[in-house]
Amino acid sequence: ETLVKLVSQQRIEIQKLRQGNNLILGFSIGGGIDQDPGQNPFSEDKTDKGIYVTRITPGGPADVAGLMMGDKIMQVNGWDMTMVTHDKARKRLTKKNEDVVRLLVTRKSLEEAVKQSMGGFPRP
Amino acid sequence: MWEGGGRGGVCVCVGSEVYTQCDHPWSLLKGEGAGGAGRQRPICSSHSLAAHSERSRDRHKSRSKDSRSEKSVTINTPPAEPLLGDSAVRGEQVQDDNWGETTTAVTGTSEHSLSQEDIVRITKDLEDSVGLDCRRYFTRTLAVILGLLVFLTPLAFLVLPHLLWPEKLQSCGTACEGLFISVAFKLLILLLAVWALFFRPARAGLPRVFVFRALLAVLVLLFVVSYWLFYGVRILDSQDENYQGIVQYAVSLVDALLFIHYLAIVLLELRQLQPCFSVCVTRSTDGETRHYNLGQLSIQRAALAIIEHYYCDFPVHNPALLSASKSRAAKHLAGLKVYNVDGLAHSQSRAMIAAAARRRDTSHNELYYEEAEHERRVRKRKARLVVAVEEAFTHIKRMQEEEQKKAPGDVMDPREAAQAIFPSMARALQKYLRTTKQQHCHSMESIQQHLAFCITNNMTPKAFLESYLTPGPTLQYSRDHWLARQWTLISEASVTSGLKDGSIFLLKCVDFSLVVTSKKIPYIQMSEEYIDPKSHKFVLRLQSETSV
Repeated sequence: ETLVKLVSQQRIEIQKLRQGNNLILGFSIGGGIDQDPGQNPFSEDKTDKGIYVTRITPGGPADVAGLMMGDKIMQVNGWDMTMVTHDKARKRLTKKNEDVVRLLVTRKSLEEAVKQSMGGFPRP
Repeated sequence: MWEGGGRGGVCVCVGSEVYTQCDHPWSLLKGEGAGGAGRQRPICSSHSLAAHSERSRDRHKSRSKDSRSEKSVTINTPPAEPLLGDSAVRGEQVQDDNWGETTTAVTGTSEHSLSQEDIVRITKDLEDSVGLDCRRYFTRTLAVILGLLVFLTPLAFLVLPHLLWPEKLQSCGTACEGLFISVAFKLLILLLAVWALFFRPARAGLPRVFVFRALLAVLVLLFVVSYWLFYGVRILDSQDENYQGIVQYAVSLVDALLFIHYLAIVLLELRQLQPCFSVCVTRSTDGETRHYNLGQLSIQRAALAIIEHYYCDFPVHNPALLSASKSRAAKHLAGLKVYNVDGLAHSQSRAMIAAAARRRDTSHNELYYEEAEHERRVRKRKARLVVAVEEAFTHIKRMQEEEQKKAPGDVMDPREAAQAIFPSMARALQKYLRTTKQQHCHSMESIQQHLAFCITNNMTPKAFLESYLTPGPTLQYSRDHWLARQWTLISEASVTSGLKDGSIFLLKCVDFSLVVTSKKIPYIQMSEEYIDPKSHKFVLRLQSETSV
């Protein structure tokens, strides 16, 4: 039996929300080339140093836009995020002169997610 | 406070026929001296003992069968063998004479202890036992004769031509006279080397001949004899005039003797230095175990090395400590009475075992509480003892040089000082020794001596007490505790054969035995791994989560 990894790429557009003096997106990121990839719970490959979404604020802009926990952020507004430090990623997401961020994310497909949650292959 | 339990005793040192009066250790308690804790028999050091004749071997058979452990046992060795004897044949003879045992029991000892009751029996054996000293003197005289032969041979080679045919002899030139110096110094070196290697006080009397030494003696003898033969035939008979050749011949003899001495060093001293076997020595009475590394030795030499280590490392054997387990064992046996109704032997033992298993035994409970109570008591006595000793030591002060000249006063030497402060600590010490069952190991005299020694050397009270708080090695105690030892080597393999992996032998003493097992040290395969010092680099393991 071969296990086929199904990933899908999504383009997600998030409108930043103004809260006081800050523009927030409503999610948290983890990862980066200066971080320890072995502790990333969402990555398949434990040497993957990419930026992952670790938490979504329910009801926040990211949640509304359809971002999900465990998504790997590949691009932000055209900027590559696969080989950046954690701080650089944060800065790219929190530019004060931008109201909208367009993310290119990679997500394990729904079927794969269902398989994992059920703990086995659904037999045809 | 102190009870004297001494008895005057007469000892016999067999072999030298000396009658001496020996002192006894003072028992610390009343009533302990009458055969309670230690065996207090008159003891003196004597020569090693062996009998050669069949008669004494038979007597050994009968005596050791019914003798109790504290009686002395006559040692038997195989009949007197010449220096070049065949040990294998002798092994057969001894094994045939042993009565029911398949093991070869041979004895080796250098000191022997006798009790007063044995004097009558021993005097009967006196004529048999004279033979042992003959064996040692025989060995020594042979060695001396061989040595003289070896040293005088080159000199004889050089001198004989001058005596027998002086006219025909060519005069000795420069090179020849140079060789004289060489012969002289080589002989001197050989003399010193032989003195260093062979003329050392004997450590022990081993049961069988030392094989390597015998082989070397044979080799040297053959060598010298062959040189003499050659000399006699080719030089003396033909009356050779070439004196330089003769001198060179003598030089070659001395060179070869030096090489034989080198061989002797390698065989006798160097070969056993590299550790090859790890032996585990266990005392049979209380299980004290030590491990030693030995080289390639014969069993008797290994046994000798182990006995010497035993005296240094093992805590002294204290039979008083074993009484508790013996009483427990006696209680187990006395618990059930089984009557044999059917007349079948094996059913009785099965019934006993089954009944013992079913009986609810509470002896473990008793043991636990007894041990806890004993522990507590020992600690309490120890605390009192430490305080008493510390206080006693404060009573005396070392006098300085200036004070000595100024005021004589009540000046004491160490022995008197010890006697002065001893009574204040004596009671606490006596109670402590009684609680730890060591009272027969230390006599009053020895304690005072030790106290004087500690005072002289500016030792603290703790240092003084150290020898009483823990049982030290046998060497620490007075000579009657460890000189009175007779060791018997019991081995299934021949005692001149080498140690092997898994060889087991016993060293039996009067009170206990040492069980020795040997294991070969395995071949160690070591590989190397090089680490560049610059390769030690570190990174921080971070995992931050930032909310955006």
